[in-house]
Amino acid sequence: MSVATVIPTVRRSALVRLTLTELRLLLREPMLVFWGFAFPLLLLTVFGLIPSFKQTHAGYQGQTVLDTYVPILIVMMLAMLSYLALPTALASYREQGVLRRLKTTPAGAVRVLAAQLLVNFGSAVVMTALILVVGRLAFGVPLPLAPGIWVVVALLTAAGTLAVGLFVAAVAPTGRVASTIGSIMFYPLMFFSGLWLPIPSMPSALQHICHATPLGAAWESFQSAALGHWPSALALLTMIAYPIVFGLAAARLFRWD
Amino acid sequence: MSPVIEVRSLRKTYGDTVAVDDISFTVAEGEIFGILGPNGAGKTTTVECIEGLRKPDGGEISVLGLDPLQDRAKLTQVLGAQLQESQLPAKLRVAEALDLYSSFYRAPADWRRLLDLLGLADKAGTPFRKLSGGQKQRLSIALALAGGPRIAVLDELTTGLDPQARRDTWALIEGVRERGVTVVLVSHFMEEAERLCDRVALIDKGRVVELDTPAALAERVAVEQRIQFRPSGPVDDALLTDLPEVSSIIHRDDVVVITGTGNVLNAVVSVLARNQIVAQQLRVDQANLEDAFLELTASNKEK
Repeated sequence: MSVATVIPTVRRSALVRLTLTELRLLLREPMLVFWGFAFPLLLLTVFGLIPSFKQTHAGYQGQTVLDTYVPILIVMMLAMLSYLALPTALASYREQGVLRRLKTTPAGAVRVLAAQLLVNFGSAVVMTALILVVGRLAFGVPLPLAPGIWVVVALLTAAGTLAVGLFVAAVAPTGRVASTIGSIMFYPLMFFSGLWLPIPSMPSALQHICHATPLGAAWESFQSAALGHWPSALALLTMIAYPIVFGLAAARLFRWD
Repeated sequence: MSPVIEVRSLRKTYGDTVAVDDISFTVAEGEIFGILGPNGAGKTTTVECIEGLRKPDGGEISVLGLDPLQDRAKLTQVLGAQLQESQLPAKLRVAEALDLYSSFYRAPADWRRLLDLLGLADKAGTPFRKLSGGQKQRLSIALALAGGPRIAVLDELTTGLDPQARRDTWALIEGVRERGVTVVLVSHFMEEAERLCDRVALIDKGRVVELDTPAALAERVAVEQRIQFRPSGPVDDALLTDLPEVSSIIHRDDVVVITGTGNVLNAVVSVLARNQIVAQQLRVDQANLEDAFLELTASNKEK
């Protein structure tokens, strides 16, 4: 893949150029490609092929187990990109002086941060669509009954996870530390989204904790939208609070060098 | 020649540490200006203020009439910087990096030519992490030139390079200047400054200790010169000891070693020539910038 010969010398804005470069770099990380892109679809396929996952479930308002797993997979993919890919890239850029170097060019360092957000957000949008389409066409998972609410929930979830990712990028001194923090956060937060044990099957004390965590509140909200209504006020509040609190903290703490 | 960079009474502190105490100098268009000094002297802080990466606590800086902080957008179009220990994303390829960086500028240099010029043409598809130290450094210089700048600020550009790579890099910098780019070079290698710089500011403890041409700085230090040669015939010592410049003569087997001051080399060689003696394998050890540097920074310590 000789990029030098393929790319015509068209003048595009620095942000577009940086975003395309960041996308290219993301696709060169086999671990991220596997866990962020391939694994959610793989898991969807495996779950879709388990006969008991297609049965409607008591206490799930007529949904199958697979139906309840679709938002969990979306949440997992978002967490991979936001908690791992984004902070690792940004913290390494600061550590390696990439941000300082960009500050000496007309592009500036803010644009590479924006490019990282765009790439991860864009990947999340594409992956979300893929999970919904594959779930619907291959395994008969119904599309959300309230698509508008569902999109609002998806955007709030993305904003929340990306804000937490930016916060990690702000406090982690190196790329390695960022990826360690990201992985340490990933497993418990995914547990609270019901990846290993669906939330309705948890003891009620644990369910309360889930509703206060970003991914647990996200799952609950996706479920509500899938069934055609607004999430509970508590879940919505949680989903709005995370992007604001962590976004502001990240903005305050982020260092360019 | 009009100055392209003016630094007046620059001051920068980090908490209680005074990085730059009081530094002033001007850089003329088209020259290679060296900023030399020991580690922690304030060299990097000074150029980072010029690049607009740091906000000075005092003093004024003007770069092509621009304020590095107020006029960032204009400054970055005309000033290319090579930062100390600045890397690129590990998997970004050489050509991609140059293509990307040159796209940031209104009137970029032709990056494919830069690739050739810096001997990186066969590395175009190589990811940054697989480059050698010298290749990374050359790419870093190429990126500093990608925007076709009028000024290039190069910080510690040959640190960590082997002697051959260092010399190649020097030739390259001379080439850059020949294309009309003013170069500010931060270094702690005397040899580098001696070879490249038109003028040098010696910085120690956040102040300019000396500012002159490398030769003048070396001359200012009265260190004896040592001349050694193998004469083609017998030499009468008296002929040489009579010279006011000569302070001693030693014979080591058939080699004559003479120490002296001032223009001792010229004096000795003309006496030998008058007596039809050829000085074979002539070697002169002269006070260089290294000596000047040690001498000048040492005397600064005593103050």
